[in-house]
Amino acid sequence: MYVQETIMSSSSTTSATSDLRRSLIAAVLIGVGFMAALDEIIFHQLLAWHHFVEWGTPAFALFSDGLLHSAELILLVFGFFMLADLRACKLFSCAYGWAGLLLGMGGFQLFDGIVDHKILRLHQVRYVDDLWRYDLGWNAAGLFMLGIGVWLLRRARSRHGVR
Amino acid sequence: MAFVSTMLISDTLSPSVGTGGVFIILIALLALYLQAHYRFRRVLSPWRPLSFTLGIALLFIAFSPPLMVFAHHDLRGHMLQHLLLGMFAPLGLILGAPGTLLLRSVPVSMARRLVALLATRPVRILIHPVSAALLDIGGMYVLYLTPLYALSMTNPVIHGLLHVHFILSGCLFTWAIAGPDPAPHRPTLKLRLAVLFVATAAHATLAKVMYGFGFPRGVASTSDVQAAAQWMYYGGDAAELILIIAFFTIWFRRYPRRTTPRSISA
Repeated sequence: MYVQETIMSSSSTTSATSDLRRSLIAAVLIGVGFMAALDEIIFHQLLAWHHFVEWGTPAFALFSDGLLHSAELILLVFGFFMLADLRACKLFSCAYGWAGLLLGMGGFQLFDGIVDHKILRLHQVRYVDDLWRYDLGWNAAGLFMLGIGVWLLRRARSRHGVR
Repeated sequence: MAFVSTMLISDTLSPSVGTGGVFIILIALLALYLQAHYRFRRVLSPWRPLSFTLGIALLFIAFSPPLMVFAHHDLRGHMLQHLLLGMFAPLGLILGAPGTLLLRSVPVSMARRLVALLATRPVRILIHPVSAALLDIGGMYVLYLTPLYALSMTNPVIHGLLHVHFILSGCLFTWAIAGPDPAPHRPTLKLRLAVLFVATAAHATLAKVMYGFGFPRGVASTSDVQAAAQWMYYGGDAAELILIIAFFTIWFRRYPRRTTPRSISA
């Protein structure tokens, strides 16, 4: 018990007022889970552009999809618990939080666009002839969010005086 | 045992008699729980009896005649019943910590014997998270990917046993991952998290395999199978989300709150 407390307190003293690394990690996890949920709600359910599963998709692709999905759920909950824990101890950095959220969202969007849609071929963005436009838009959106995340992270670093 | 036989009767004999029997057992379980909670008021937080009562209520809904009829004629109805019996009701029951109350209610010698029973090798293997997941999720693979499901529609004994299996394996899995009751030789939280991760993935995969390959075969139209598979996927998601939250509640409670250096030196 005591050992644990000492370790944790020493990690918090390095940043004086907030635990920057954990703030970033918690927010990245929430960002990934948030984007995955948005994808499920908007593109699968509301717009019905994505298919739930292609008929006859290889079982290994479905299992890797299942593992990713399970990881998203667990990391989303873990992220929220981490965030609550940091906030309760007043160690949460908002600037790092926003940066992490955008990095997580953009990272997931890009990963989904390349690995899920193109490598595992679980489903496509939309079932139309000029699919490449949609793929381009999808991945550009991911890159755009990632870019904002990087910019926010740089700003947060300079604000906290981290090089 | 009485529960099992009544459930079997509910399918073989007159449905109304059987349903009545199941309802009486559910009410008796709830009464025993609430009476014990009233006796040892300070043992459990007030939301635990609420959770247990909700679990019993979900079983009531799952065994209510309209849902029984729906489940018998429609794969979607079966899936709804399966989600209630095997996932949502066990969450309510197990998070109600009935084991803690049971150990308090019985005489000390009996409580010791019960705990000693949990520590014996065969029981330890049975209640290990890995075997719990195999029984729970593995059982679903066997049910939906083999002709067992079609068989259960015609054989009332198998049908009744299936319901019992759903409830028991669901409770066992929920308890093994995030059960609040004390137990000897509990596996580490890391191992339980790993099992939860793979089991959640396996459940989602089964739903997508059913959708993409049309399982169970020969019992419903393709569109019904696909609708049932989607219910299983999204319903299972909701139940597993609750289980994951319950798990991390334990995980984060185990560590002391991260305190500031000042309060440590004090």
